[in-house]
Amino acid sequence: MMDATGGIPLEHVIWFAITLFLIGVVGILIRRNVIFILLSLELMMNAAAVVFIAAGAFHDQADGQVMFMFILALAAAEVAVALGLVVQLSRRFKTLDIDAASEMTG
Amino acid sequence: MLYGLFIASCGIAIGSALMAITRLNASHALIYLVITLLSLAVIFFLLGAPFAAALQIVIYAGAIVVLFLFVVMMLNLGRRSVERERQWLLPGIWVIPSILAGALFVILGIALIGVENQAVIDGEMIGPRRVGAALVGPYVLAVELAGVLLLAGLVGAYHLGRRYLDERRER
Repeated sequence: MMDATGGIPLEHVIWFAITLFLIGVVGILIRRNVIFILLSLELMMNAAAVVFIAAGAFHDQADGQVMFMFILALAAAEVAVALGLVVQLSRRFKTLDIDAASEMTG
Repeated sequence: MLYGLFIASCGIAIGSALMAITRLNASHALIYLVITLLSLAVIFFLLGAPFAAALQIVIYAGAIVVLFLFVVMMLNLGRRSVERERQWLLPGIWVIPSILAGALFVILGIALIGVENQAVIDGEMIGPRRVGAALVGPYVLAVELAGVLLLAGLVGAYHLGRRYLDERRER
């Protein structure tokens, strides 16, 4: 359909980002280990970052990369707190199973 | 050339992401995640964002994944955890989530095809100079808020990581 002489079609980048995001979704749904769930979250955040960078490149603006840096800061803060929670989970319940921490029975 | 490299790194990224979410050993999964992140850095570079590619390698692959690895090493997951992981990851457990994800893929794909966008990214570089000018220009308030977020993350991680949190609870 599209001949890509030199350039990268924006649509293909978005297809790739959707695929990566959905791999992250499946990872969250099938795993019970907290570390793998966090890993899948990282994949999903990266998929969002790809779309931001691609949009920024398409419009020839720096805003896409600025948003990427905010995603980076968000990921760093999230991982720091979440890994603290993982350490507490393994200390209290002696397991990494996310279902063990369902005491609040919400 | 540009497109070929893009497709190759897409393939590597998706393949290693699939490997990462299906491994039984957490350390192996994290190494696959590093491969995914590095191929994403290549994609960022091809899309004309060299600064983002560098940050992806330095911060994501270099800091965030290393933090994960530290925790995995600290929890000392051994062969026993691989066995338990095998029990948790039942053979048919991926079927329904994959069907749901496939349905979502089809829906998003239909929305994407309807746009009829023929846009092509020619890989023109947007260098660090322009990104920095945007960061301290229109986005300066957001940068300060990101600093506050990182401070909150630091305080939260310090609080959650303290060892005497359990002891006080038992008292």
